[in-house]
Amino acid sequence: MTRHTENDDDEAEGTDEPHGGCGCGGTDGTPQPNVPEIGRDERPAIFVPDDGDEARAAGSDSAGSSAANGPAEPTESAATDAPRTATDGGVESATGGSDSTELDPDAYDPIDVFPEGDLDLRDGADSCYKCTSCDTSCPVAEVDDEFPGPKFQGPEQWRLKRKGDHDIDESITSCSNCMRCDDACPSSVPLSQMHNEARGQFVEEQMEKLSVEYVRNRILANYRTSARLASVVPRLSSFAMNFGPARWAMDKVLGIPKERDFPEFATTTFREWWRDRGGAQVENPDKRVAYFHGCYSNYNTPEVGKAMVRVYEHFGYEVMVPPQKCSGTPMFANGMLKDARRHAETNVENLVEAIGDGADVIASCTSCSMSLRQEYPELFDIHGIEDVSDHTFEALEYLRIHEDLDEALAEARPEDDRSFAYHAPCHARNQGLARQAVETFRDVDGVELEDVGDSCSGISGTYGWKSEKYEKSMQIGEEMFDHMEAAEGEVGMTECPTCAMQMEHGTGYEIEHPLQLLEETVVA
Amino acid sequence: MAIDSEVLVVGGGIAGITAAIAAAREGADTRLVSHKASTLRQASGLIDALGYLPATEPAKPLREGPPTAGRNLDPDEWPDPEGPLADPFEAIDRLPEDHPYRLVGADALREGLDLFDDLVGDAYLGGHTDRNALVPTFGGSVKPTARYPASAAAGLASDDRPALIVGFRSLTEYDARTFADRLAAAGVPFDVAGAEVEFAEAFRADAKITRLAKALDRDEPIDGTPAREALAKAVGPHLHDVVDGEGGVDRVERVGFPAFLGDDHAAEVRAELGDRLGADVFEIPMGPPSLPGLRLEDLLYDALDDAGVRFETGTPAVGYEVDGGGDGGGGDGSGDRIDRLVMDRKGSEVPYGAEAIVLATGGLVGKGLDSDRDGVREPVLDLHVPQPADRYEWFVDDAFGEQPYARFGVRPDERLRPLDESGEVAYGNVRVAGAVVGGADVAREKSASGVSLATGLVAGREAAREVGQ
Repeated sequence: MTRHTENDDDEAEGTDEPHGGCGCGGTDGTPQPNVPEIGRDERPAIFVPDDGDEARAAGSDSAGSSAANGPAEPTESAATDAPRTATDGGVESATGGSDSTELDPDAYDPIDVFPEGDLDLRDGADSCYKCTSCDTSCPVAEVDDEFPGPKFQGPEQWRLKRKGDHDIDESITSCSNCMRCDDACPSSVPLSQMHNEARGQFVEEQMEKLSVEYVRNRILANYRTSARLASVVPRLSSFAMNFGPARWAMDKVLGIPKERDFPEFATTTFREWWRDRGGAQVENPDKRVAYFHGCYSNYNTPEVGKAMVRVYEHFGYEVMVPPQKCSGTPMFANGMLKDARRHAETNVENLVEAIGDGADVIASCTSCSMSLRQEYPELFDIHGIEDVSDHTFEALEYLRIHEDLDEALAEARPEDDRSFAYHAPCHARNQGLARQAVETFRDVDGVELEDVGDSCSGISGTYGWKSEKYEKSMQIGEEMFDHMEAAEGEVGMTECPTCAMQMEHGTGYEIEHPLQLLEETVVA
Repeated sequence: MAIDSEVLVVGGGIAGITAAIAAAREGADTRLVSHKASTLRQASGLIDALGYLPATEPAKPLREGPPTAGRNLDPDEWPDPEGPLADPFEAIDRLPEDHPYRLVGADALREGLDLFDDLVGDAYLGGHTDRNALVPTFGGSVKPTARYPASAAAGLASDDRPALIVGFRSLTEYDARTFADRLAAAGVPFDVAGAEVEFAEAFRADAKITRLAKALDRDEPIDGTPAREALAKAVGPHLHDVVDGEGGVDRVERVGFPAFLGDDHAAEVRAELGDRLGADVFEIPMGPPSLPGLRLEDLLYDALDDAGVRFETGTPAVGYEVDGGGDGGGGDGSGDRIDRLVMDRKGSEVPYGAEAIVLATGGLVGKGLDSDRDGVREPVLDLHVPQPADRYEWFVDDAFGEQPYARFGVRPDERLRPLDESGEVAYGNVRVAGAVVGGADVAREKSASGVSLATGLVAGREAAREVGQ
């Protein structure tokens, strides 16, 4: 197969260019493993040494022409120099043999014929058979025809970038990272991973770092930083952030829509409460969980965190609250992968330690658990990150697996009858959790939980917090608002803090978390 | 602890949903899990039962000599399928003996369709008769089908009123004029014309079908005019486009659109357009993305909820556990029992316990069957899938020919218990339903939905009966 040889040439040329489309060349022109730009610094495995460059570096051949592919010697030296991937059956054929008749069919795998990007997405792109299920499920494409949809943003754009120096299309910033396309794809194409990579690359390489949009996105993405500062003087912050003239200015200057109310900051954060109560009240080396409260439960809704602790202690768990930073969800959605990685390092280090002490990791925010379970191992290679992924669960999910909740709820009932309009966050849906709250409380006397349907709330974390996306965000949310109004309950319920903001914004309802209802029914 | 239920159904398509509701109606505590969002959104939304009867014997003896790539079965030596069939029930006895319809019987199909009618109410038509309806589809052909969405009703090919077919330049997968020509060539008993109108031009050229549907749902203003009104205005000038055999021009009484007339408020959109045009409005079922498929998905998942079935998506079944040690079957011929399926929750493996399991994971396209050069297998329980050892015998050269692989699948007994290599029941508390069951060539027969309904119904009832035994 001569195709092989030709493509090796292309690769050699590609890396000679200062701006390789694959992002695999170093900025100084020296070949580097295919990773470090965005996160994957422990994964040289994907890197198959470009034989032209390697050969020249070793001084064993003069040019990166097809002739360089022939000799077996440089191949072998390259093989000993660089780690080889185990997942890639075609390693030998990538650098050996210039003639199809010499190919060993067992070693041949088409994965080698294209230069790879930062992440190993070739298999995923090849799995796409263009059924458009992803486009059909995309809440943004439904309201914004300027958005070309997940199929383009994922496999098609990925393929476009393989050759030449195509820029990432700016429309990637319109993807809200709801990840519904992942759930819709019958072929398991890693769409959100592709979107995250493209968005990261766009922000890193094409976005003007002094632009208002970048600054605004950076502020939104680093919500934890703002929240931490605001929480020093919570009442003043809550007032100042929602002060009319200030909001007008924020809209004009930063593009943060004045229509939205900033969430109130708690006067006592969850961690302060945890410290003041003296930490865990239950010790149990056999049943331990490490609580990943995330930013929102800490700074804005500590009642959710407290409910988590009380419920788990009721079931005899020892709760640990390890040091932690942002899960990274808002950073992924804004292409701030370096920020996300920095936070991930802290999180993984502390959570791995907790896992070592016998704990499983529990999150009360479904986007936090989504991030730890799926995006972490997809985007970063940090020691122990797979362990964190494997040991992370959503709070209600974990209890449903390990405790007999039906029995615990059999005799329970809330003090007053409660009726809720429940919305399942997109990120809960992707973890198979869209129906768990409805199921859990279905047979509980005095509790009515009505599922308001499978539409997206439209806020998607920081997406609805941008002036230029605000209208779209509300259009997406319209179906949910309608269904909430139609539902009997006058109180909303969801696991996701930003969905809760949107639900409140669109209907004026108060919003609770399922853990709060569980506390009310089981613990009280 | 495991997540327990009495009946556990794997698969979120028509077969899985039917099985789950059938089991729940028998009183079983039922859970349905599916790996991905239902693939109904890729389906046309039509419910076919049996439209054609492919020949099972070649017209002439096969030629002598060693087989080469598929050439041992010459397409020219095979007669065309019989059809379109007027009555699907009447033809069941002429299907091969190991066809799922022959296993579960014509009554199962009838009851499956009855159940479907009950679940979807007046959103679907066709239940008034055993006979097939002829519905024009997206490629310009006419499909025999047992049930069709109300939105397609005015488009039936048996209706002799003149029809106008509307298309849009920016909808590249659909050409109204070609479509109309094909219908005419197919010999439909009415005059038909196609017209390309300007409406979708207000949107970006490759705007998603869902975008157009949403705009009509919300009646969004398009250049100041509400979407439904704008669409009616664009179509209005073409209402006299149809020319009959004598050259006479008549105002059309029905207008067909690609199936994008709203999602949540589809009936309302259709009614308003009809009023404005003074003609019946119908939709032509399309390939994916399919609004009729999405609407059916919504209807059926609401029905699951109403039936008290617990359901979740996003959790693939990746393994199973057999309790009790040793083989629980053997002697009595009823096989082992599967006590738990293992689900993958984003990397964590969680056991789901059940007394009975229905596997409705789909066929080769739905990935309920997996294949490579070495073989075809069923990936969840590793059930036996009969197949020729030589893979050149899996297919024939003619892409549209009688493809052996189309009938690959798990072979069950008449109670839909999967059989092993020796023809014994592999697992006594497992039932199979839908496309994972072999023996039917649903694409050629136009029988996919019917097979799912019939086997789903039997599998669900059988699973419920297994509970408590």
